[in-house]
Amino acid sequence: MSAPMSMGLSKARPMPSVRLSERAQRQLVGAGTVVALLLLWEGVVASGLVDPLYISSPSRILRVAIDQFGSGAIWPDIRVSSIEFLVGYVAAILVGIPLGLMIGWSRRLNYLLGPFIDILNAVPRVTFLPLLILWFGIGMNSKFAVVFMGAVIPIVIATHAGVRANEARFIRVARSFSASEWKIMTAIILPGTVPFLFAGLKYGAGRALLGVVVGEIYASTAGVGHMIVEAGNLFDTDTVFFGVLLFMAAGVAVTTILNRIERHFDAWRPRGLAQ
Amino acid sequence: MTIKLEAHRIGLEYGDPESDGRLVALNDVSLSIHENEFVSIVGPSGCGKTTFLSIVDGLIRATAGQILLGGTPVSEPGPDRAVVFQDSSLLPWRTVLGNVVFGLECIGVRPSEARERAAHYIEMVGLRGFENRYSYQLSGGMQQRVNLARALVMDPQILLMDEPFAALDAQTRELMQEELLNIWQASGKTVLFITHQIDEAIFLSDRVIVFSARPGRVKESVDIELDRPRSLKLKRDPRFHAYEDRIWSLIQEEEKPRAKAAG
Repeated sequence: MSAPMSMGLSKARPMPSVRLSERAQRQLVGAGTVVALLLLWEGVVASGLVDPLYISSPSRILRVAIDQFGSGAIWPDIRVSSIEFLVGYVAAILVGIPLGLMIGWSRRLNYLLGPFIDILNAVPRVTFLPLLILWFGIGMNSKFAVVFMGAVIPIVIATHAGVRANEARFIRVARSFSASEWKIMTAIILPGTVPFLFAGLKYGAGRALLGVVVGEIYASTAGVGHMIVEAGNLFDTDTVFFGVLLFMAAGVAVTTILNRIERHFDAWRPRGLAQ
Repeated sequence: MTIKLEAHRIGLEYGDPESDGRLVALNDVSLSIHENEFVSIVGPSGCGKTTFLSIVDGLIRATAGQILLGGTPVSEPGPDRAVVFQDSSLLPWRTVLGNVVFGLECIGVRPSEARERAAHYIEMVGLRGFENRYSYQLSGGMQQRVNLARALVMDPQILLMDEPFAALDAQTRELMQEELLNIWQASGKTVLFITHQIDEAIFLSDRVIVFSARPGRVKESVDIELDRPRSLKLKRDPRFHAYEDRIWSLIQEEEKPRAKAAG
């Protein structure tokens, strides 16, 4: 995109050549902090101040990682957890976005479903786990259910908020051009909800991961959460940390992907307001 | 000359939520516009001129009377009318091209044909090369050119323009007025133009209709007998000033009682 003509905020900030770009600064400071923290952690354990039984250490976690990936022992667990996450989360998106659009569009539907959504939002959905396991067993099906329930509520709520924030003038324009209701929904309402929608998708992704972890810790026969709880029972702190890292990586990966997609859909927004 | 648009005793009343009474926005508005004619409506603010345009467009249903377009009654929006809206009515998530094809998409024109037709009008309003810009990358004047192209591409029987230049700075506004006349002459459209600027109305129009204060009625219809093609120089012509004085005093008559009531 070349030369934005308005929006003076992003341009006209003269930058002396000695100073690092903001991006480089951010990366340097961020990476530096992480490295310092890891060194401190390693040092505390190496000096014997704290027993690695309690806090493990970066080198020990790395050894577990190499071992697990090297032998391939971790893959079945990753596979199970990934499937649980993907099936539950994708189902939540497929149900959550249309549902949010519909209750935003139809007041009656909102009266009908709004209270249920509010109540489900107020209660942590993982509390339904005992029931879900009773209904669906301790296999993946109960995890699909808890992941779905965790993610679908924030997605519905965010989409609904996005619809309500839509500007009437655009709907007026669409009506003037004889747009059908479907056209108004897809060409006017949906694009306007993008920032809300993605806030919901990101928050929902966090809830979905939580569902995977708690579901597997509560009752399961496989999965990364299952691995964590088994290692915890054996006081294998290194493996517990390794599992935590895997979930962290999953969370970061999902957020990065969502940010990319959001940027693609939001190319029309002037840049430069946010740093 | 054939009559293109006829408004027959249009009235609009609605319940006033504040006083529980009835508000009369428009009362007995009758007017007709000939084919290829450029007609402006001016009037004191709040006189219902934009509301009247919405009734012609079919977005608002009149509580009395009838709108006939080419002899056919109008009750809802249709591709035979196209509105050039006030500022910032472009869809910000669509490019210039995307905005211009929007109306065609709505009536099911094939994408390839829609793009072809859009390209023609984008060229006409002088925005070739800007097809892939988003509206935040355009100046106010350019945005209104897109707005104009979006309406023209529908090839409507009548173009409804709702204070399209109101938000522009004075210089851009005058340039746009001149350009609108060129485009109008090239396209041969019938135009109904709403504005609160008297000089704009006179400069553009064959006829200026003055609305009364609320409830809006046709107070007077003033034929503008100034030669075409017109250039901006015309605005310094004494005949132009005479029209300005006349229309200004017509509106002033409407403003006065209200000022008294308020003061």
